[in-house]
Amino acid sequence: MASLKEVRNRITSVNSTMQITKAMKMVAAAKLRRAQDRIIQMRPYAKKLNELIAQVSQGTEVGGSSPYTQVREVNNVLIVMVTSDRGLCGAFNSNIIKTALTYINDNYSSQLAKGNVSVLSFGKKGSEAFTRRGIKVDNEFTDIFTRLSFDTAKEAAEKVMAAYAEGLYDEVVVVYNEFKNVATQILKTEKILPLVSDESSDTKTANVDYIFEPSEEEIILELIPKAIKLTIFKAILDSNASEHGARMTAMDKATENGGDLLKALKIEYNRSRQAAITKEILEIVGGAEALKA
Amino acid sequence: MNLEIITPEKNVFNGEVDAVILPGKNGQFQVLKDHAPMVSTLKTGDLVYEIGNKKETIKVDGGVLQVLNNKVLVLAEAVI
Repeated sequence: MASLKEVRNRITSVNSTMQITKAMKMVAAAKLRRAQDRIIQMRPYAKKLNELIAQVSQGTEVGGSSPYTQVREVNNVLIVMVTSDRGLCGAFNSNIIKTALTYINDNYSSQLAKGNVSVLSFGKKGSEAFTRRGIKVDNEFTDIFTRLSFDTAKEAAEKVMAAYAEGLYDEVVVVYNEFKNVATQILKTEKILPLVSDESSDTKTANVDYIFEPSEEEIILELIPKAIKLTIFKAILDSNASEHGARMTAMDKATENGGDLLKALKIEYNRSRQAAITKEILEIVGGAEALKA
Repeated sequence: MNLEIITPEKNVFNGEVDAVILPGKNGQFQVLKDHAPMVSTLKTGDLVYEIGNKKETIKVDGGVLQVLNNKVLVLAEAVI
């Protein structure tokens, strides 16, 4: 059995670790609330934009001339991966990295062999992991979470779109964690470019005779980039909220484990203390017996 | 007439107005009560709305506009 002093030291160290995990949980909870607020703020815009796109594109084969709907032979691929800047959030980052790697291996193995797969990483962790694996990583927006706003998301999206329009990439895929609730993240892989019109949109709105100014086609051409920017912004916000949710759960679990550990250690401590006392008494009694004899 | 200005980050304005002047892609135009349904695109510029005799200006950075049933909806990427 460990000595009294050793056990006491371990108890102190577990205690201080628990304090840290508890504090981190609180911080994550506060940040999570803010992140959730941002998602809620974005929702009306997203909803209206999608409605508008559905209405404008109704019945017509539009957007055909947009540079973002052109399907090309896939030679160069860009993976936009959203991870976090910091660890200690459970399997959050490793899950997303694993998903991205599996997706690349499943769909773009030939492009990967030629070195034509690039990664644009939002968040430090993903960038580190992919650099280690020898995949080209664009780090321009790695620090996006330190300056999280629609402006930066827009900047990143515009860069991706420009690169696609120039033909630098033939397909762009976003990999991120979708925020479902505090404990659940859904890993999502979405192909954002080329943009394919989803026929499933059954948001049949009342057929209103709109005046289009300038023209329907031109409006659609304006709306498409907006939709892409929004997709990227949504991925970033969702991932941000997911990260804090994951960290909260991880830290909660850690605090719980710390409590269990502490309980076990306390029992051990009391046992060895009792053993020492018993030993001492035995010694005294033994000594007294010896004197009597 | 109801005017609503939304960006991805916040709801900028929502309220009753008498008239809106918008920076359209092909030049400025005004929307008054009972305007026909319309969809249009905006460029960066000043959006002016009037309530009574009061005029307020919001600078919008591009966007789209939808007018339907006396509701004017502006989806801007940012307001300055």
